[in-house]
Amino acid sequence: MLLIREGGVLTAVLSGELDEHSAASVRREIDSALDGGGAERLVFDLGGVTFMDSAGIGVLLGRYRKTAAAGGSMGIINARGGVDRLLRMSGVYTLCDKRRDER
Amino acid sequence: MNGLRTSFPAVSRNEALARGLAAQFLMLMDPTVEELSDVKTAVSEAVTNAVVHAYRGRKGEVSLEFSEADGELTVSVSDTGRGIEDVELARTPFYTTAPEAERTGLGFAVMEAFMDSVEVESAPGRGTRVIMKKRIGGNA
Repeated sequence: MLLIREGGVLTAVLSGELDEHSAASVRREIDSALDGGGAERLVFDLGGVTFMDSAGIGVLLGRYRKTAAAGGSMGIINARGGVDRLLRMSGVYTLCDKRRDER
Repeated sequence: MNGLRTSFPAVSRNEALARGLAAQFLMLMDPTVEELSDVKTAVSEAVTNAVVHAYRGRKGEVSLEFSEADGELTVSVSDTGRGIEDVELARTPFYTTAPEAERTGLGFAVMEAFMDSVEVESAPGRGTRVIMKKRIGGNA
């Protein structure tokens, strides 16, 4: 995973498979970046994610709660195929706001 | 008719193993990309449930069976773990026994969304079997 901080925006670029097994390390890394402070917005770039199940949804929701509790917002970009369908069916997109400069 | 029966320890890294086996078996049925993704996701949810809930960190086995007949895939995922007291409640979207661990309670809902049918047999203290079916090849 790659974490990019630009101003108040923290972008987590995920790749590979996000399941219950890989969730813990992703959660830990993002949380430690969020705990560093200064992030008003958390963006998940899921373009490189080839598989995700509900454990991945748990990771996104948990980070959303953390960000929202601090007054921040969340974005999800580039989700493809089955990952995109899972996000739609679980309603996670409704927690995001879309920004024009994010692809 | 074709089939595959296997079992493996209920540890989280075997969630990927189970998905890989599902993909390998399904490839013999000439699936669409979408069907492949749906089945992998449903299998991952069922196996994750067995790993996380059935044995709660204790040692145990997950049995996985695939069979094919007349273009329909049947997947069975079973464990001999603690079982589910109230299957109907467990299947309710967002219901979870482990919210502190960021469990979403969406596992069964995802299986239901991505497969044609999901059947759950469970006995407390004896284990759980999830049987999922899906017609493959868009020729339903």
